[in-house]
Amino acid sequence: MARLLFLGRLEDLAGGPERALPLTAPTALADILAGLPADLAAALSGPRVRLARNGALVAPEGLVLAEGDELAFLPPVSGG
Amino acid sequence: MPEVRLALAPFDPAAELTAFGAAHDEAGGIVSFLGKVRAGDAVDALELRHFAPLTLPGMQALAAQAESRWNLAGLLVVHRSGVMVPGDPIVLVAAAARHRRDAFAATDFVMDHLKSDSWFWKRERSGGEWRWIEPREQDHADLTRW
Repeated sequence: MARLLFLGRLEDLAGGPERALPLTAPTALADILAGLPADLAAALSGPRVRLARNGALVAPEGLVLAEGDELAFLPPVSGG
Repeated sequence: MPEVRLALAPFDPAAELTAFGAAHDEAGGIVSFLGKVRAGDAVDALELRHFAPLTLPGMQALAAQAESRWNLAGLLVVHRSGVMVPGDPIVLVAAAARHRRDAFAATDFVMDHLKSDSWFWKRERSGGEWRWIEPREQDHADLTRW
């Protein structure tokens, strides 16, 4: 099992702040996205969405999720 | 060492500034900025979300950058996360320095980066509906000042 976390407006698109992902083997990000609804997958792959695996920023290229991993999708920020 | 906190409950800006001032008697000046939830709009609640692994470490790195760039006696950064109502404080930045220009610049720098380059997501409620707030172009333009 891996977990996907959706921050900011991505939470609304995903229908909740997180989603459990049954994994039988390490799985490429592209394959994970392909298993999600098309509009959500498109939003998660947007050029301004950053990724953090287990709390550390990572690049999407070549990213593979393994059992126990947590992947957060971070849309553009607005604080203050 | 800067004092940087992510506040998960309301904080008292006056008490924060009193304590900060008392801790930095050697400074000739203290500049502070307080950001609050605006009253009078249709917005009746504002929520800030954070991402624990990145948000506080990012704020600490930002404060360290400000301290290395200007000659400061002290720096205080407090930022709320959670649901707030009009009038509630959101963010307090205070810089103590021997000379005022360092304090003004450091406070301005930290605020510009908290607005559009820190790990927070903001939404507002009006008419019973929550709406996520996208960063403004102006917020990004402000970063190019530095």
